[in-house]
Amino acid sequence: MAIRRATVAEIPDVAERRSWFAVAGDFCRQRPLGAIGAVVVAVNILVGLSANVIAPYDPLATDYGAMLARPSAGHWLGTDAFGRDVLSRILYGSRTAMLVGFACAFFGATAGTVIGVTSAYFAGKVDLLIQRVMDIFLAFPLIILALAVVSILGPGIGNVIIAITIPMIPRAALVARSSALAIREMPYVDAARAAGFRHRRIILRHMLPNVMAPYLIMLTAYLGQAILLEASLSFLGLGVSEPTPAWGLMLRGAAVQFAEAAPWMAIFPGLAISLAVFAFNLFGDSLRDALDPRLKTQ
Amino acid sequence: MRRHLSILVIAIVAVVLTSPAAAQDKPRYGGELVFAVPSEPPSYDAHREETFGVIHPLAPHYNTLLRPDPTDRTATKIVGDLAESWTISKDGRTYTLKLRRGVKFHDGSEMTSKDAKASYDKIIFPPAGVASDRKGEYLDVEAVQAPDPYTLVFRLKWTSGSFLMSLASPWNWIYKADILAKDMRWYETNVMGTGPFVFVEHVRGSHWVGKRNPNYWDKGKPYLDGYRAIFIRDSAAQVAAVRGERAHIQFRGFSPAERDSLIQALGPKIAVQESPWDCALLVAMNHDKKPFDDKRFRRALTLALDRYQGSQALSKIAIVKEVAGVQVPGAPFATPPAELEKLAGYGRDIAKSRAEARRLLKEASVPDGFAFTFKNRGIPMPYEPVGVWLIDQWRQIGLNVKQEVIEAAKYYAELRGGNFDVAMDFQCGYIVEPDLDLYKFQSKDKSPANYSRYTDKVLDELYEKQSRAVDAEERKKAIREFERRLLDDEAHYLYTLQWHRIIPHSAKVKGWTVTPSHYLNQQLDAVWLAE
Repeated sequence: MAIRRATVAEIPDVAERRSWFAVAGDFCRQRPLGAIGAVVVAVNILVGLSANVIAPYDPLATDYGAMLARPSAGHWLGTDAFGRDVLSRILYGSRTAMLVGFACAFFGATAGTVIGVTSAYFAGKVDLLIQRVMDIFLAFPLIILALAVVSILGPGIGNVIIAITIPMIPRAALVARSSALAIREMPYVDAARAAGFRHRRIILRHMLPNVMAPYLIMLTAYLGQAILLEASLSFLGLGVSEPTPAWGLMLRGAAVQFAEAAPWMAIFPGLAISLAVFAFNLFGDSLRDALDPRLKTQ
Repeated sequence: MRRHLSILVIAIVAVVLTSPAAAQDKPRYGGELVFAVPSEPPSYDAHREETFGVIHPLAPHYNTLLRPDPTDRTATKIVGDLAESWTISKDGRTYTLKLRRGVKFHDGSEMTSKDAKASYDKIIFPPAGVASDRKGEYLDVEAVQAPDPYTLVFRLKWTSGSFLMSLASPWNWIYKADILAKDMRWYETNVMGTGPFVFVEHVRGSHWVGKRNPNYWDKGKPYLDGYRAIFIRDSAAQVAAVRGERAHIQFRGFSPAERDSLIQALGPKIAVQESPWDCALLVAMNHDKKPFDDKRFRRALTLALDRYQGSQALSKIAIVKEVAGVQVPGAPFATPPAELEKLAGYGRDIAKSRAEARRLLKEASVPDGFAFTFKNRGIPMPYEPVGVWLIDQWRQIGLNVKQEVIEAAKYYAELRGGNFDVAMDFQCGYIVEPDLDLYKFQSKDKSPANYSRYTDKVLDELYEKQSRAVDAEERKKAIREFERRLLDDEAHYLYTLQWHRIIPHSAKVKGWTVTPSHYLNQQLDAVWLAE
């Protein structure tokens, strides 16, 4: 088989910059499910940010004359046991979910990535020690570790963020380490070492930017997990406290007590959780596919 | 409509089935009673604790000197438990109790007046470092004496109409003197009494097991082989346990909706007993912290509450109902509604009350939107709905309140340590008697259960005045003054709503009668299971 030499003109311009619109357009065409997920995620974020503008009622305002009212023109998704508008509480609940989701995913993935890359870079005993510590945390399922942390720290939104972030760190560290192990052997890392750069500079400037793809994937995947965990902890009474609007919180107490008489109290917040988690997972999966060079070539 | 009718019919049948006539069935021996307990015991020592989480699993291991008749729904008829008889001197200041002979502790040793004296000394005169939650209830006791092994004498400083009731307190378990002499705190972590059931095991977060005491002094009792208390915090899970027949009963109470769902699911397999409840949720305001030390601020908090609307709304979803002062409505010393309405926060014109509340806040230099944390107990019913209601009411006078829910076992450590701004508290009596209902509110040096942490000598004097009053009218007047000072003039504490007790249970459970207190009738000596 004859090998044809390419001309210079045929070689693609690697430095060619494509606009965000073009990238987004390609993403939508190639991965429509991911695009739908992205739209739902964007809507969730927008709803969270603009809840005070779009919510028809104050989510904390009680109306004892309209307790357990079924969905109607006045209250599209009905009211809860205190006469509070379910739709408004769901819209504001999105704020709590996004806050916890983004905070946990960002801190968890970032801390895990830094630890994982550092562990891979130093290798040897440092790597061994860090990985054994991570193994200890990985031995516990996510929810169990989060429950243990929140039972020590106590309920409250800040503590919930810490409780969910801690179990995410070793998981992120594991993924980041496996990517960083390959990067560590790259000639440019050797070159940086030979040039006498400090460890911190090599890790931050040369290795971390090259694990951005797995980092972004982890970020989106952890968002959905964090939202689900926050809802679970709140449902168990260990998350945020009443009267703060939160989806998991809306599923407990009177929602269980009146599950038969007023099912809308549980159905709509449940749908909100399912939709958000599904959207984050769809978006995360598509992002992973889009950023994975092996899948890209296929 | 048809569904509601069927629930009503089943409820009537259930109530009829549990009537005294039905209770005359011949007791059957054997079986294990399984009951759900919504809270865990913080310690095993009832002298220091005040939660049903201690009474429900542990009371079957112990006896008290006297107790309310377990078949009396009003729980006002006193009968002997370890004491078989008692006499009161003519001047009303000496109570002499004759103890039963042949009563054995679970370790086989004999119970004598030495043990009863040591137990009461621990309750009334606790040494430094030993907590006794109800010592304020016994300020009238001068000395406890044990002249012989089967006689116990209480000498009072002044006459007290409620003293006999105090001796029937379900908290005053008789401990072994020798153990107390060695370690006053031994009973905080160990169990050893004279009761109808012997301790088997406690698995924290799971269950508590007791088995029949074969050497129980009341021959022929208990009827059960044993009991198992399962700790279930969530009320839906408690309902599911009863519905799935994994638990026979939950002795504290269910909400109206939960009762209806059980009746609908189990039909004739369920029996329902209901009673007014000598319990109210209170709000403690920490006088050691600013601005809660300012009575204008405290009065504003009580003025913000629309209790009548709250009663109407919350009674549909929670186990609370009546608007009340310091006595259960309808009780002999309760303030009549018309008079109650004159107290701060009890007026019918809520707009006027809230305007006054805002004025007081301004006068006390409390800015609009002032934020504080309200600590609530981690027991869903009725703490959660009442907590949401309170926060909403305070919001309407411009206060920004964040709720922090504390797990029940840790809750009292927070209250005792004064680690709160404003916190939910409760007053549950085992008998409707002013002395027992009011001793909690004496100054903090007299009442360790005063979580608002104030010292008010005037209030203390009013307590003593009502306690010593021989004439009923005179006592009533003193109680009114006490109530006005506690809830209005100083607003040391804040009363929310009175509870209503609903116990749906397996129709197999016999020999147990509901009372206005969830602390009573927990010895289980007369309880048996029908086939």
